[in-house]
Formats: sequence, structure tokens, C-alpha cells
Amino acid sequence: MKNKLLARLARLGGLSSALLLAGCELDVLDPKGPVGEGVKSLITTSVIAMLIVVVPTIILSLVFAWHYRQSNTSAEYLPKWSHSNKIEVVIWGVPSLIILFLAVITYQTCHSLDPYKPLEAEANTKPLHVQVVALDWKWLFIYPEQGIATVNQLAMPVNTPVDFDITSDSVMNSFFIPRLGSMIYAMAGMQTQLHLMASEPGDFAGESANYSGRGFSDMRFHALAMGNDEFNAWVEKVRSSSEELDGQTYPKLAAPSEANPVEYFAHVEPGMFNTIVAKYNNGMIMDKSTGKMIQVQQSAMSDMNMKE
Amino acid sequence: MLGRLSFSALPLDVPIVVGTFIGVCIIGIAVLGLITYYGKWGYLWKEWFTSVDHKRLAVMYIVLALVALARGFADAIMMRTQLALAYAGNPGYLPPHHYDQIFSAHGTIMIFFLAMAFMTGLFNFIVPLQIGARDVAFPFLNNLSFWMTAAAFILVNVSLFIGEFSQCGWLAYPPLSETQFSPGVGVDYYIWAIQISGVGTLLTGVNFFVTIVKMRAPGMSWMKMPVFTWTAFCSSILIMVSFPVLTVAVALLGLDRYFGMHFFTNDGGGNQMMYLNLIWAWGHPEVYILVIPAFGVFSEVVPAFSGKPLFGYNTMVYATCSIMVLSFLVWAHHFFTMGAGPDVNAFFGIATMIISIPTGVKLFNWLFTMYKGRIRFHACMYWAVGFMVTFTIGGMTGVMMAIPGSDFVLHNSLFLIAHFHNVIIGGVYFGYICGMNFWAPKVLGFKLNEAWSKRAFWLWLVGFYFAFMPLYVLGFEGMTRRMNHYDNPAWYPWMLVAEVGAVLILLGIACQLIQLYVSIRDCNLPENRDVSGDPWNGRTLEWSTSSPPPVYNFAIVPHVHSIDAFMHDKENGIDTRQAGAQYQAIHMPKNTVAGVAAGLFALIFGFAAVWYIWWLAVVGLVGVIATVIARSANKDVDFYIPAEEVARIENEHTRKLMAQAAE
Repeated sequence: MKNKLLARLARLGGLSSALLLAGCELDVLDPKGPVGEGVKSLITTSVIAMLIVVVPTIILSLVFAWHYRQSNTSAEYLPKWSHSNKIEVVIWGVPSLIILFLAVITYQTCHSLDPYKPLEAEANTKPLHVQVVALDWKWLFIYPEQGIATVNQLAMPVNTPVDFDITSDSVMNSFFIPRLGSMIYAMAGMQTQLHLMASEPGDFAGESANYSGRGFSDMRFHALAMGNDEFNAWVEKVRSSSEELDGQTYPKLAAPSEANPVEYFAHVEPGMFNTIVAKYNNGMIMDKSTGKMIQVQQSAMSDMNMKE
Repeated sequence: MLGRLSFSALPLDVPIVVGTFIGVCIIGIAVLGLITYYGKWGYLWKEWFTSVDHKRLAVMYIVLALVALARGFADAIMMRTQLALAYAGNPGYLPPHHYDQIFSAHGTIMIFFLAMAFMTGLFNFIVPLQIGARDVAFPFLNNLSFWMTAAAFILVNVSLFIGEFSQCGWLAYPPLSETQFSPGVGVDYYIWAIQISGVGTLLTGVNFFVTIVKMRAPGMSWMKMPVFTWTAFCSSILIMVSFPVLTVAVALLGLDRYFGMHFFTNDGGGNQMMYLNLIWAWGHPEVYILVIPAFGVFSEVVPAFSGKPLFGYNTMVYATCSIMVLSFLVWAHHFFTMGAGPDVNAFFGIATMIISIPTGVKLFNWLFTMYKGRIRFHACMYWAVGFMVTFTIGGMTGVMMAIPGSDFVLHNSLFLIAHFHNVIIGGVYFGYICGMNFWAPKVLGFKLNEAWSKRAFWLWLVGFYFAFMPLYVLGFEGMTRRMNHYDNPAWYPWMLVAEVGAVLILLGIACQLIQLYVSIRDCNLPENRDVSGDPWNGRTLEWSTSSPPPVYNFAIVPHVHSIDAFMHDKENGIDTRQAGAQYQAIHMPKNTVAGVAAGLFALIFGFAAVWYIWWLAVVGLVGVIATVIARSANKDVDFYIPAEEVARIENEHTRKLMAQAAE
């Protein structure tokens, strides 16, 4: 009898979650890359662990409230009872055990999902390097190895890890592609790092997850994951653009604009990302490998219109 | 002469604001006219505005909180309506400039002027009565605190009609809030509103800390203190430790803006993340400042209506104190995504989830208080059980975000918005409303209408789930907070559901207003009057006084023999009031105009500082300081209520009690 009920409940639970998934695509819980997969399994595990306490608490709240209602005179009434060591042990003990479990997986996943940590795939695949600059109100993507840059469109080959260096030339933003996993802040004068990978092709929405002013709502981009050949073709397409990004054209791009269209730059001046970071640090930038501050090579960018 | 202020500061081009302004003027003139017509100015001035009686101040705080609720909720439903419209190319009806002010004002008002004011109102009413004191330790400071808070709230609302409010969110993160990116007056309104109300809040914290430490009735040792007083005590400590941090953080931002300094700017060696650290070193304790007293309310309400003592009093006290301490060790969980490194994030993540242990224990304590009880389903119990169910869900989603790995996809999303509304509405708001219904007969002398409270409860509860469960889903769909418009078709239906929830909550608020109206209309019906002073068979000392209590609270200071002092006396046939004893003259503080004056000067100062009207700012600042000094130098601040007068009041109450007993 009880088993039957449980089976029925399980079926009902399965059905409703299927409905939920069919009715809406939960981007974060339907990831397209290994980082997102890691986060998804972390969320699932932690929620199941917590439901061990949460479900009984909710049920007991309702059951006790109903059973011990005043009109139910058959229920036992102990007007003086207010202490029980046994119950105290359970109500401190069980949550403590669950939190102990969560603490362990928290520590582990803080390391395994550390956005600064290169992905395992980098062992056998050369990563793509992309430098991201948050501007008012658009995203600039610089591909230093390809010598190109784009605005509000990010392309990457499938199954190739992507190393992002992220900064801002304006206020704080947060660089986020929900389908691929973790986000990280973009802050002026600082560099943050993020490692993501797309494991299947697609057009994934990217956005700023930190409010940055008037044009924030349109500060969105497309993250295009594609095959290697298509990616190379895309690079060629960008290279065929007539625009270039250098000390002269950058200030125009950096000026505030809303709902900026996609832009391609066939050539980007080398060292531009470092110059953007360094202009808030007296021309210095932190060397990633040593953690020391080093002087940035002054190039043609030195005549770039500084914001200060 | 007028600094930055000119006619162009009036937002005459925004029809919504003009309409609101006209509406506020009409209502304002009507209220002022009615007061004048009924000749109540003298009464208001003498009995309320200048009063230092903690009970009067409590009522004024709660009235202020309800006004703030109206303003804050108007903002909320405007935002929901915008997002129900602004889809797929439709810009909605609120352009970013207006919308960004609305969400900034919504957060600021709800936290600083609804929640904080309501909480202070409850402290004011209950704490002195629960510990058997005749007033708070510093009655004048209490009045000053109120007027500072009121001045700050007025300043926020002035920004609606003169100039603009901040467009930087309720915490005004730099560098967005720096002059370079926000050159207008909005952030300056924010800064001075926070600073002025911060003075009031800090004084409140000091006042209640001292009151609870020094003024408990004889026999009330720490572990015999009522739980609500315990929570007020912990909350006051948190205020004293954390509000100075807020003051400093916002002052540094002010130095950046007013004097061109570089604490948090992009350039000149500023560091924006330092502001985030400071503001959250206040901000996280702040949420516990708000929710711990709500826990205190439930710890009084659930035992009273279950006809049992609180289960695990000691545990409850330890849990409250450990939450108080832990709340200072978790601030960085608000910005895991800054890239601090795995060990830092793990520390703050684990510290955060440890808080859920004592919080969970509290929930179980209320559960086992109901267990084997005789629960009367008064409206208060509806709010309490609704809280227990809702808050549990909010706690779980909180722990989800405490895990840095998960937070890397949930941070700043609508999931976060759903989480903190889940704990603030389901915890703080339900708690305060529950407390209001519970203690109203003590405050007012009559019970609030129960049926309308239950209707309000159901609308709030269902409305909450409709309004915020979709936001959890939207968080998983990658929708971030503070968006003005969007074009993702998957988000749209959930936004419509959330709008329905907001409308249900609107109806819930309407029911609460009707409840107040009906209660006042029927206040003289015999079944509503609280003659006994103890309408719920209460357990703590506040129920031993008449309703409303006499100005001096206790003619004879009671002796406390155990936890639940009043219940102990009732069970052992002890007359807590010691009616008929030899009464003595009672030393009381006099009313003062200093609080009103200081508040007015603070408002002038704040307004002048916002608009760079320096001569007026000097007038305001000197005015505040001079008022406080003048008041401090004044020796004529107290008087005695003669013993005969005390005897007359007490005998009158005794006569009523006997008459009721005879019926």
C-alpha cells in the first residue's frame, strides 16, 4: 500500500519535472560545456542533500499545525513540555551532518570549478585566447593570436578550451554566458580570468550580469560555438572588414553607446588589452605568472585618449 | 545662492512623476486640512511629535514604516508592470533613466524605511514592557532617532519631485556611483538619506543595548529574558558594530564625489572592491539585524497560541547569539565572482552555510513548540505557519547560493532576487506583521480585525509564490536583475505570472488597510476591547499591564522569578501588578521639541548638501549640533507623577479588571 503510494508519487514527481523542463528551457541547468555540467551536478547534489531536511520541515510544520489544532481534542496536550535532549541532538545533529557534507563538496568544487583554473581539455588541445573588455555598453573581444577584434559577437571552436582575460574600461560588469557556466566580474584596472568550453555548436546568449547603468539591458552578445573550419572562415570574415582598432579608433568605440551592433575589426593593435588595464595603474600591469607589477610597453596607444 | 538647484531640476517632462506629485499634494492637503478641521495640531504636537514615551514613538515608527511600504510597493509593482510589457521590442512605459531610479529607491526604501522602521517600532513598544522597565535608557535619543529616520525618508521622497534619485541600485556600487559615471544629484540624495537615517539607527542600537543591559526588572537574569528581548539585544549589538561601517563606506564615497578623492574611483589608485567589502561588512549583518527580531516575534507568538512554553529556550538563545556572531564572517559571499580565489571563496561559502544550522534549529524549536500543544488559529498563527513553510524554502535557496560553484551561475540573477525576497517577505515582513497583530491590543487597547488579517495573509502568501517562484525559474534561464527590457521569448510568460503575483500582493496590502480601517471603526465593540490587558493568555511581562499601558508602564516594578515571568505569576497566583500596594511618585522624562528641531535641521542640511547650497548646509549642520547641545544643557527635563495620580490610574484599572472578572 505504502509502496504503491510512493511509486505513484515518484511518477508524479517525474512527470512534473518533465513538464517543467519541457515548458521552459533552463539555460543554466541545460549546459553546453564542461564548466556548466560541473555546476549543474553541484546544484543537483546540494539541493538533494538539503531536501533531506527541508521536506520534513515543511511537512512537519503543516502536520503539527493541523494535528494539534485546538478543535482536535483527541490530540495529546502537554502544556508544560518544553525540553527534550533527544530532539535537541537530532535538530542540531542532522543539519550539522548535511552542512558537513555540503562543506566538503563546497571546498572541492571551489577548487575544481575555480574560474582561474585551466580546463582539463587544455592538456591535449591548445586553448583559444580571448581578451574581453567591458565598455559602456557593449563587449569588446580581442583575439590576440589572430590579431582581430569584435564587438558583441564571440566566436569559438567547439571542444576547444577558451582562456578569457577580462577587464573593464568603464564601470563594473560581469561576463556571463549562461549556457556555458561560470561568470566573473569585469573591473577597470584589474584582470580577471575565466576558462570555458563549448562542447556542442550553437548560438548562446551572453550578457552582463552586473548592472552598469543606462544601457545595461542591451549589453548583450552572441557566443557562437562552431566547428574548426567554420571558425577559421569566421576569422577570415572578420579580417575582411575595413575597420581597424588602434589608438585613433578606440576612443570612438569606447564612447558610451546603447544597443551597439556587432562590429568586426580586421586588425587590432598588439598590446591593446594591456594598455587598457594599465591606464588605471600608472602604466603598470600585473604579470600573470609572477604576480609582479610590470611596465607596459608604450606603443602608439600612448596617444590614446585617456579617460582620466 | 541656490547651488545646482534650478527650475530644470523639476521633472515636469515625466508625466508619471507629475501625476504622483499632484496626487501626493491632494492627499497631503486633505490630511493637513482634516487635522486642522478637527483641531488636532496641538494634540499631535504635545502627545506625539514631541513625546519621549517609547510607546508613542513605537506607533510613529510603525506609521512611518507603513507609509514607506506604500511608496516601496508602488515602485515594486511599477517594475513588475514594466517587465510584463517591455518584451520583444516594446520599450515598456519606463525609460531606463526612470526605471533605474525606481529599483534603486525600492531597495533603499524597503530596507531602511520599511523594515528598519518597523523593527524599531516593535523594539520600542515591546522591549521596555517585556523587561519591566518604565522607558528606554535614553528617552530623548529615542525621539531624536525617530526624527532622523523620518527626515531621511522625507529626503528620499523629495528626490522624486526635485531632481532625481540614485540610479545605482540600493547599494550604489562604485565606480558607477562616482561623479564620472553619475554626475547628477541622485547618488547625493542617496548618500545623505543613508547618513541621516544611519544616525537614527545607530542611536537606536545604543539605546536598546543599554536599556536591556541596565534596566531589566529585578530577578530577570540573562537566561530569564524573553526571547524577543534577546533578539532585540542581538540586533542592537549588530547595529552598533555594523552601522558605523556603513557610515564610513558611504562617507568615503561622499568624499570621492564632493572633494574629488579617489577611494573607489577607477583611476588615482581607487579600488571599487574595497567599497564592496565595506558595504557588505555592514550589509550582511543588516539582513540579520532585520530577521533576528522577526524570529523573536515568532518565538513569542507560537508559544502563546500553542498554550505551551517555547521548546528549547536555551537552544534558541544560543542559536540567536551564534547567528549574531557568524553574520560578521560571511560578507564576501556577496561577491564570490570578483575572482578572490578558491580558498577565500570556500571559507566564506562554508561560513555562510554554517549559519543555516542555528537557523534550522530555530525552525525546529517552533515546530516542537506546536508539538503536543493546543493551537488556537488566530491570524497570528497563519502568518507564523506561512513563515515556517516559506522561510524554509528561502533558506535552502540561500545555501545553494552560498556554494561558490553554484553562485558562479546564480549570482545577480533573478534567482538571487527571488531568494532574498523569499527570506525578507517570508521572514521579516511576515514576522513584523505577525508581531503587529499580536501586540496591537497592547498598543491600541483593542484587537485588530482577524478576518481581514487572514484575507491579507492568504493574498500575501499566494501572491508571494506567484511573484517570486517564477523569478527562481528565470534565474535558471539566465535572466539577470535590473534589466529594463528583454527579447527572450522564454522569459515573457514567467514575467506575466510574476505580475499576477504583484497584483495579488497589492490586494493583500489593500486587505491590511481595510483591516486597520475596520479595526478602528469597531474599536469600541466589547468583543474587540482589551480590558484585561492579556487578550491571548500571554506569557511575558508586557501582558501584565493595562492595554494601552499607563505612561509609566509599571506602577510597581515587577519581580521576575522565571522565564515567562507573567505566566509563572499567573500559575502561582501572584499578582504581578501588586495592585493596592503603596504607590510612590514616579520620575518621568518631559517631552521635548529638540528631536523635531534636530530632524528638521538635518533635513535642511541634507537637501542643501545635495544641491551644493553651502550657506544653507552650514545652517542645517549648525542647527543640528546646536539643538543637541542646547537640549543637553537643559536641566528642566523631568517631572514626577504624584503618587495619588499613580494610585488613581492603577485603582481604575483594578476596578475594570474586577468588573470584568465579575461578568
